[in-house]
Amino acid sequence: MKILDSTRVLVIMPAWNEAESVGNTVREVLSVGRPYDVLVVNDGSTDATAAVAKDAGATVLTLPFNLGVGGAMRAGFKYAQRLGYQRVIQVDADGQHDPRNIHEVLAGLEHADISIGARFADRGDYSVSGPRKWAMQLLAKVISALAKTRLTDVTSGFRAANGRAINQYLDHYPAEYLGDTIDSLVVAIRSGCRVTQVPVEMRPRQGGTPSHNPVKSAVYLGRSVFALMFALTRKRSTISDPALAAKGAV
Amino acid sequence: MGNWPAFFLALAIVGVVFEMLRRKKLREKYAALWLFVGIGTLVLAAFPSLLTIVAERVGVQLPSNLLFIISILLLLGVCLHLSWELSVVEDETRTLAEEVAILRTMVEGMSAQDGDAPATPTTK
Repeated sequence: MKILDSTRVLVIMPAWNEAESVGNTVREVLSVGRPYDVLVVNDGSTDATAAVAKDAGATVLTLPFNLGVGGAMRAGFKYAQRLGYQRVIQVDADGQHDPRNIHEVLAGLEHADISIGARFADRGDYSVSGPRKWAMQLLAKVISALAKTRLTDVTSGFRAANGRAINQYLDHYPAEYLGDTIDSLVVAIRSGCRVTQVPVEMRPRQGGTPSHNPVKSAVYLGRSVFALMFALTRKRSTISDPALAAKGAV
Repeated sequence: MGNWPAFFLALAIVGVVFEMLRRKKLREKYAALWLFVGIGTLVLAAFPSLLTIVAERVGVQLPSNLLFIISILLLLGVCLHLSWELSVVEDETRTLAEEVAILRTMVEGMSAQDGDAPATPTTK
């Protein structure tokens, strides 16, 4: 089973008990008027997430149990690869990513394999402080040096990938905490994927509040350093370039 | 002569492992290790002087300390092995979950195209 039009973009939305916001977010993405297909990865939700997403017009991939964002995303990438999508983008189901920015982030793929929609990049008013800020700055600094380009927000969940990056992700995309952001990104860079960032504004989340608890922030700092260290020592993947593979097959 | 309580304990362990293996409750690769441990304990319980001789050879003053260090290292190894096996199984489960989710979505897509014909036995 393949899609007929390879210029279509798959918007992957990992959702775990997001019934309140997922419907609006899906409708918003579909109403932008661009060739987007929405795939909601229902990550073992116990509420009506799947039904709400389906009613809103999304394709729903239901995981039998909760795997975390990393697990949900890899399932989405696998689906995208099976159907032959050449461009995918991850968008949060809680509505903090503005669907009107999707095409801006996708535009970054013209000269890179991975394009990150970044907060802090002199646009919008998102701000953090304390240990969480240090963690984000440290991660940004180390990963920028690796990628040889300025990245300000490496933990952003607003990320686009092309066919080459999808193949890399399928080889290494951990389901662990921060595996979907730091670990996968670092290994992708080390395996030869080019990364770029596009400044975007984040909207306030439709539900829940970001934590400002200093203890939690300190734990976050520790875990991100831990994740970063592992990612830096991991084995590189050998990515099969879809373009090259296609040429070889002919 | 040997230490009878220890000997019977070891015999019981070997018996349980053997029975679990026979009933297919335990895979061979795990059973081999436990049978090895059980038989080792049996031999030591039957001939406790063996431990003293080995302890003298390797330069351990107290024979029981030799027994402890061997047991600790062995248990550590077992724990590590189980963690590793568990990680492998979790990874396999994750892959299966992905496959099941993708297949389910595709099957539902197909039966929707067929106008809800034979694939859905429950009619609205």
